[in-house]
Amino acid sequence: MSTRQFGSRVQRNIDPRLLRGEGAFTDDIPLPGALHAAFVRSPFARARILSIDTAAARAMPGVVAVYTCDDIGHLDQALPLLIPHPSMRDARTQRPLARDDVHYVGQAVAMVVAADRYVAEDAALAIDVDYDQLAVELDLERAVAPGAPAVHTTHPDNVAADFTQVSGDPETAMAAAQHVTRIRVQVDRSTAAPMECRTVAARFDAASGELVVWDGTQAPIGVRGGLASIFGLDEHKVRVIAPDVGGGFGQKVMFPYPDELLVPFAAIEIGRPVKYIEDRRENFIGSNQERTQIHWIELHATKNGEVLALKDEFLHDTGAFIPYGIAVAQVASTSIAGPYRIPNIEVRFRAVYTPTVPVTPYRGCGRPQSCFAIERAMDKLADELGIDRREIRRRNLIADDEFPWAREGLLFADGLRVSLDSGQYHKALDLVCDRIGWDGFAAEQAAARAEGRDLGIGLAFYVEGTGLGPYEGGHVRIHPITGKVYVNTGLTAQGQGHDTVFAQIVADQLGVPVTDVILVQGDTAAYDWGVATFASRAAVVSGNAIHKTAALVRDKTVRAAANMLEVQEADVELRDGHAWVAGTDRKVPLAAIATASNPLRYAFNEAAQAATQFAPASRHDGPALQDDQHPGLEAAAYFSPECATWAYGVHAAVIEVDRATLQVKIHRYVCVHDCGNMINPTLVEGQVMGGLAQGIGGALYERIEYDAEGNPTNANFVDFLIPYATEIPDVEIAHLETPSPLNPLGVKGVGEAGCIAVGPTIAAAVEDALRHRGGGRFDAVPITPSAILENLGTA
Amino acid sequence: MNARALPRPQIPVNSADPRHAVTLTVNGVEVSREVSPRMLLSDFIRHELGLTGTHVGCEHGVCGACTVLIDGVSARSCLTLAVQADGAELRTVEALADGDAGLSVLQQAFAESHALQCGYCTPGFLMALTEHFESGDPLDLSDEGIREMIAGNLCRCTGYANIVVAVRRAAELSGRS
Ligand code: FES
Ligand code: FES
Repeated sequence: MSTRQFGSRVQRNIDPRLLRGEGAFTDDIPLPGALHAAFVRSPFARARILSIDTAAARAMPGVVAVYTCDDIGHLDQALPLLIPHPSMRDARTQRPLARDDVHYVGQAVAMVVAADRYVAEDAALAIDVDYDQLAVELDLERAVAPGAPAVHTTHPDNVAADFTQVSGDPETAMAAAQHVTRIRVQVDRSTAAPMECRTVAARFDAASGELVVWDGTQAPIGVRGGLASIFGLDEHKVRVIAPDVGGGFGQKVMFPYPDELLVPFAAIEIGRPVKYIEDRRENFIGSNQERTQIHWIELHATKNGEVLALKDEFLHDTGAFIPYGIAVAQVASTSIAGPYRIPNIEVRFRAVYTPTVPVTPYRGCGRPQSCFAIERAMDKLADELGIDRREIRRRNLIADDEFPWAREGLLFADGLRVSLDSGQYHKALDLVCDRIGWDGFAAEQAAARAEGRDLGIGLAFYVEGTGLGPYEGGHVRIHPITGKVYVNTGLTAQGQGHDTVFAQIVADQLGVPVTDVILVQGDTAAYDWGVATFASRAAVVSGNAIHKTAALVRDKTVRAAANMLEVQEADVELRDGHAWVAGTDRKVPLAAIATASNPLRYAFNEAAQAATQFAPASRHDGPALQDDQHPGLEAAAYFSPECATWAYGVHAAVIEVDRATLQVKIHRYVCVHDCGNMINPTLVEGQVMGGLAQGIGGALYERIEYDAEGNPTNANFVDFLIPYATEIPDVEIAHLETPSPLNPLGVKGVGEAGCIAVGPTIAAAVEDALRHRGGGRFDAVPITPSAILENLGTA
Repeated sequence: MNARALPRPQIPVNSADPRHAVTLTVNGVEVSREVSPRMLLSDFIRHELGLTGTHVGCEHGVCGACTVLIDGVSARSCLTLAVQADGAELRTVEALADGDAGLSVLQQAFAESHALQCGYCTPGFLMALTEHFESGDPLDLSDEGIREMIAGNLCRCTGYANIVVAVRRAAELSGRS
């Protein structure tokens, strides 16, 4: 057999193209004669639109069309609520272009289409919108207090959803507790900030009636469905292509953004291709964000630190609209007990409208917030009971033989049960403590203090429900001429390396080189069925679907090869692109088997000659294909998980707070994680490291700032601080591999792992560093130098 | 919706901006164009010349995705006007590899080290690093030195660790370590 590709550090198939500058991102696709769109966006967080005057803009040379809500016909309606849930009453979604009211700075009010982007922006500036500004409340807690200005008149209390979930019997357990720890924690708003902003281009071919849309989206199949239904077109007349996409991190899974409808609309109406390439400021004010939550969490424990019950109540900022439903808050609420047994849970959240950019998942999706809440609470419980922070965790972690650990009563974001499927939590904790030097740290800290340096250590555990359904599928075909294997899926990639990991899975089944497996994704013309890339689900759901499919093709190939080589199927081996008779040097290339599996009319090469219906080599009595037989070597299959599979990990850090600048410097960072069997450890580490860098951004630097009137004040890369290489430390990543019992490959997702536990790890370490100087608790992120100054000042 | 019912609007080809002639050498080839005086060099490279390997991530000079070499010196093409590049010798990522299929040493090191994920930031990193590697100065290959070398470029995917590895690997491959 060839060496097993699953589990190897295979280089990525896609890289040479990207490195040579030959990537094809949306704006790189040549669209001769394309026009360019620009938007007029609301400068007010809440206002009534009194009038819009577009005359001057329409008269400008180079301007082709100007659209307001009055010019877009049937599109002038609220956009769909993607994920309904009974906890929401009359959920608010935005209209493609504002009518009457605007609800956040950045909301699209009008669209200009012009010969180039420069003119389009000139014209957008020339559109005169008269607003009547209304009162706003930006503070989440004050927004739900009586008398606060409402974001929507339909929701005077600003509450978009109110939802409580209960597991076990928290009432009774709380009554039995000997100690209660209570804290309030807050995580602030951030944004995905993919390096490529959002993009959409469209071309309508009036002759064929086909609409082609290039969209830097994570969900092309969803976008196609949305466009077909909103425009009243047959699905096969709408082709959505997600070409190369420069990062997504959840922001690009949401659809439709207004431009995703308006650009195709204009392309159809004008009869010319139209392109909209979001600029960076627009990405900050017009594309969805996530994170702000305030939790009030209580741990009800015994004197020994065993947590009997957890009660959490939190406010979730959903921004001005709630198009994605309660997904983020629901993931947070069902992840709240982390890796701990805690058999009794009561968790309630209210999703709150604020006059800000709408909130939908950003990498982590509620998990960084709930992890921050439970981990900071665990640290406080340890302090209050006088137990070491590592020990308190040890006493509560689920043991290896207690899996699956179900939290009956809680439903995850996919509507399925919460059941932690497998893990080695104790081993992970020991490993991280060992690597970071937990036991020897007190001496190190004392020595540093003696030199006037403030060192601290922190750790935090996380769990991550990954691989959500409903399903994904794949089609695998061996090509008759080249013998290359094409794998088509409904997914799309934004840098994850699907083309390589799926190729590894297929290569193992068919015995071909990884470079001979070509993944076709991100194009609705290539595959009709599927969901999208989000929630760390590609490896789990698509990986298993493709594994299943490749096995079917393998069976067909072996059967056909046995026939050609005139041996038993059991004697056929697939390797190096050939089928071999085991133990001999007799072989036949896969290309020839694929050709022979297709009874041909014409002989265009040697292999085809053998496969023509008149050739003596094609041995068949009667028809060339039996009743249940298909030509070629191909198959399609699907995988639908029974519930999420739970990855987990634990982070630890040693940091120093600079006494002069109050900046936090990370000296050592260790991440132990377990995502089940790893298809490609190099790519897993890449995902973890990338997530970690985003986590470090969220822990120390990144916060979307709004002034009291709701104006974003740092909507650019100068003021919103994304870490450069100089802010990110070397990180030691250690793997555990506990297979998931829930799928044939035993894999769990890894896309979001890195970012989840960074906030509480850093906060714990900073707290530890500064306690001896009278520092208080650090129960909010990001921890900026001014936050530290304030903390020390009030201690 | 029925798109064929109405007469098409008249479509202008150009804005009313004045045009200026620019002539420069791009990746060894001389090009001349008439451009609007406000056209960014990044747009010129991408849209006028069709060299789409140069990317834009912010258009305000912070992310480095648009980095190109102007007369051998790295520059942000989003902060440069096309007319300013008149007479210059410009190099973009498309010029790095010899021939059609190969990779330069830096590119190869990036591939070996998994130093890119989405690849959107990558051309900017490669161009900034090319300047360092082409200069005769010794390379500081300490962790800090390498991080300093790439401190003008943002990457949102990789967390930089593997880019640091790639720089060291490229130095090794080119005998610079
Ligand atoms: S696009 Fe030029 S620096 Fe960001
Ligand atoms: S690889 Fe995606 S931004 Fe760097």
